[in-house]
Amino acid sequence: MIRSLPNSALYKNGYRLYIALFFLFLVLPLLVISILAFNDSNFISLPWKGFTLDWFFANTDERTGLFHDEDLLQSIWISLLTGVAMASLSLAVGTAAALLFVQEKFRGKGFLYFLAIAPLIIPGVILGISILLSSSFVAGAIEKATGWDPEFLSPGFWLVVLGQFSFGATYVLLIVSARLKKFDPILEEAALSLRATRLEAIRYVTLPFLKPALISGFAVTFLISFSNFNTTVFLVGSDPTLPIELFSRIKFSSTPVLNAVSFLIVAVISAIAFVTLWINRKRR
Amino acid sequence: MKRRFSPTFWLLMLPVLLWLLPLILIPHIDLLINSFKVEGQEGFTIQNYLDFFQNEIYWLTFVKTVAYAVGVTLLAFVVAFPVAFYLTKVVSPKYSAFLTMMLLIPIWVGELITIYGWMIILGDHGIINHFLMSIGLIDKPLPLLYNDFSMILGLLYMSVLFMIIPIMSTLESLDDSLIEAASDLGASKWTILRRIVIPYSMPGIISGSIIVFMLVIGDYLAPNILGGKSSLWFTEQIYNQFLSTFNWNEGSAFGFLLLAISSAIVWVILKLSGQKLERVGS
Repeated sequence: MIRSLPNSALYKNGYRLYIALFFLFLVLPLLVISILAFNDSNFISLPWKGFTLDWFFANTDERTGLFHDEDLLQSIWISLLTGVAMASLSLAVGTAAALLFVQEKFRGKGFLYFLAIAPLIIPGVILGISILLSSSFVAGAIEKATGWDPEFLSPGFWLVVLGQFSFGATYVLLIVSARLKKFDPILEEAALSLRATRLEAIRYVTLPFLKPALISGFAVTFLISFSNFNTTVFLVGSDPTLPIELFSRIKFSSTPVLNAVSFLIVAVISAIAFVTLWINRKRR
Repeated sequence: MKRRFSPTFWLLMLPVLLWLLPLILIPHIDLLINSFKVEGQEGFTIQNYLDFFQNEIYWLTFVKTVAYAVGVTLLAFVVAFPVAFYLTKVVSPKYSAFLTMMLLIPIWVGELITIYGWMIILGDHGIINHFLMSIGLIDKPLPLLYNDFSMILGLLYMSVLFMIIPIMSTLESLDDSLIEAASDLGASKWTILRRIVIPYSMPGIISGSIIVFMLVIGDYLAPNILGGKSSLWFTEQIYNQFLSTFNWNEGSAFGFLLLAISSAIVWVILKLSGQKLERVGS
């Protein structure tokens, strides 16, 4: 059953076959997308008509490759900006929340903590619509009262960032808390007794200890932002993020250029994954 | 403790309040209030909820979505458990890190792209039909796409990894000698699984089930892209109310119903298992 126990050949091979099928199921869609990005055809389907890089570089009436497709490139750029803004905001606030919930005692902590982890069990759709409702309500009220239209509250870049941040901070909170619980408070007390202020102790003792968690918190929230659809779709304005742009193309006008951009993402993610794996292995 | 009034305390507290009050608490209160209103009418009404119960298409979709979400969660457990066990207890540790990394790639690539991949695989001119026709097994394409089958496949694909990972993290701390001892005393594989491995990994199973259930019930892309005309999903009703018919009040009522049922089911799971919500996130 486990490594150290003997097993019948049938059991062992059957189990291996199941695992092999599972991993085939896992990689099949990624593999198929990637291969068809190089198919010399105007349709996203077989048969295979030969190898081409048209879907990356062509710029003809019939075919627009990824690097000439202004709308797609623009949406990638928007997604990168959104990801950086959302991950930075989530990192700052999520870390503050972790320090607050792990190290401080105050009244109403249980309730606030519940609110902070609630996004784990609130579907993204609900976050999207409820933030849309209250932002448009607040924007309307401000405009009525002052005549000034607060643009960042109407659907668009900043509302997407805020909407994604509402659950992004939860992930940072969980990642940073997990590491903070292993932190020996004596280190911080030592800094305090050496007359550091609490803020200095956080800055020079606690944060350096948290560094690995901060890095993974940023990376995780960036990736969540980059692929988010459910919340974003309600808050997006006239400049779509990549998933929103891809979705409308899949629904209405798909060409293999969608495979080209998907391939690029699969390649970048896989490269990052295996470099991380390699670094971890070398460290050990 | 005097420290709670220190400036540093407020430096931490202020951003947290600015996050939780205007982006979590108030919007959901807003959602509830809006669901009891009707456009162009003063005061509160339960009209939106009446609409829901009077239109079969709404409540039937709702019931179907909940039932399918429970079904996909069970399916995900059945598919995931052997994989989690294999990666933690069976495969040589040399490969385990590599295979675990493979699990993460589809998650980080994102749901939309993988669902798109399945659309290409299952379509009439897709990989499977092309292959079956070229070897002469069938002469017209099998209807693999745009039905409940493809929808469930997509929902399973995008959620199963979130079942595997929490189960793996509990199995990692399971001492092999417990299994060895049981085996030495003559227990069968099935007995070991039922009496030792599954009870031990219960916290991971519960976390995984909650995450999978939430992801599936709140999903939009798999039902919309892979599902057929008849595979309506409740989130699609919410999208329609907000983005096509612009009936935000009705949409709010739908949203609140979805939130209520999903919270209720999560609450029941947590109560039955005695697990804490915060354990789900770790």
